Amino acid sequence: MLKTLGEFFVFLGELFVRRETAKVYWHRFIDECTIIGTDSVVIVSIVAFFIGAVTCVQTYSNLVSPIIPTYVVSNVVRDMTLLELSSTFMCVVLAGKVGSNIASELGTMRISEQIDALEVMGINSASYLVLPKLMAAMFTFPLLAILSGFLGIFGGYVAATFTGIMTADEYVYGLRYSFVPTNVLVGIIKAFVFGFLIATISAFRGYNTKGGALEVGQASTAAVTNSCIAVLCADYLLAELLT
Amino acid sequence: MIEIKNIEKAFDGREILKGISGTFEKGKTSLVIGSSGTGKSVLMKCMLDLIRPETGEVLYNGRNFLTADDEVKKEIRREMGVLFQGGALFDSKTVAKNVSFPLEMLTTMSKGEREDRVNFCLERVGLAESRRRMPSEISGGMKKRVGIARAIVMNPKYLFCDEPNSGLDPLTAITIDELIKEITDEYQITTVVITHDMNSVLTIGEYIMYLNQGNKLWEGNSKTVLQTTVPELEEFVFSNYALKTMRDNIR
Repeated sequence: MLKTLGEFFVFLGELFVRRETAKVYWHRFIDECTIIGTDSVVIVSIVAFFIGAVTCVQTYSNLVSPIIPTYVVSNVVRDMTLLELSSTFMCVVLAGKVGSNIASELGTMRISEQIDALEVMGINSASYLVLPKLMAAMFTFPLLAILSGFLGIFGGYVAATFTGIMTADEYVYGLRYSFVPTNVLVGIIKAFVFGFLIATISAFRGYNTKGGALEVGQASTAAVTNSCIAVLCADYLLAELLT
Repeated sequence: MIEIKNIEKAFDGREILKGISGTFEKGKTSLVIGSSGTGKSVLMKCMLDLIRPETGEVLYNGRNFLTADDEVKKEIRREMGVLFQGGALFDSKTVAKNVSFPLEMLTTMSKGEREDRVNFCLERVGLAESRRRMPSEISGGMKKRVGIARAIVMNPKYLFCDEPNSGLDPLTAITIDELIKEITDEYQITTVVITHDMNSVLTIGEYIMYLNQGNKLWEGNSKTVLQTTVPELEEFVFSNYALKTMRDNIR
């Protein structure tokens, strides 16, 4: 495991040497933003909406004390969404979608010698292929977290008002009650860090694939599991540091 | 010209190449032949520095590639063209984009100049009409030809082909061989072909190096290969049914 960790840090170092021109990276960055960011909007939206709705319903069903006002439900939905669901939970979902995509793409390129073709042209394949993905993930994940946060809270709103848990005014009151603005920043910072972890870990697994189609699948699975573990560990550390 | 001196390579303690030396001359099609698993592709990858050998030198016109600094290495790499076994075309790019990729990345040519060069190379390999297709939409032989077009688009001094005929029907294989020979003669390129196809050996092998279990057992050309007395090479050459029949009839 230590050997793999060392190889990972060496891989990270390779991303920043013998770089190509900024114009090359810009074009690839835009393409990757589309693949990683734009193409994830639907899944993020659906998951966030329903997670917000479920959080609202479950929180309400467990608040059985009559002395606890109903707007506490939206208070809980807000803080859970901003601090954890829109960042950590969402990034675990994205580790599956984006992470497996990155790992399998790079793994397939490796076994079909496309990476070797780049190397013999004198192009640093790690930098050319991975750096734009890394930049795109670090750029789009916070944006997706913001979208996720908004839709999570909106999902809670829809669940609360349509099921009669509370009125719209009560829900909004709960959202505003003791709101800590820095919680939004915490969620964004978490998403930024998780984007880095997911992109680099998945790229590392895919780039170092050896073998055939079976190994590409294994690399993809390892990318997702390793990314999830890294996200959860980082979540704890960031929670300690930022709150 | 490419010289290799005493190339040795081992994987997990298992020796793959045991002190291979040789010279591949400019303007000649040089073949490295041998049975599967004998180290041919490993030798080519050592020459390309995709795999670092344990010992040895690879000299491109006197420049030691393996110990050169980054600038010299980059310069030598720009003089190389490589055709990989499966073509190694970039899946997300069209045929034309695949061929123009080295020009976009490594030159300051204008868009018009790049298009002219790409059109020339695609016409040279007979694929001008396929420029807009994706790699998944073309056959294996066409992929090899696109690979050749990409390999020559930078006017290389050195051309490497890793089993260019693998997976191809006999007629297409002949087409690929003829293309490689024509390009080598026309542009006076130093061409190294890794193959175990006897048809290629006999038609385009101006210099042939035979590897067996990591050792260079024989070197010669397409004329002398049929007269070899090296038992392993004789068995390799005459495993081809037509050649075996011809030899038996002569005897």
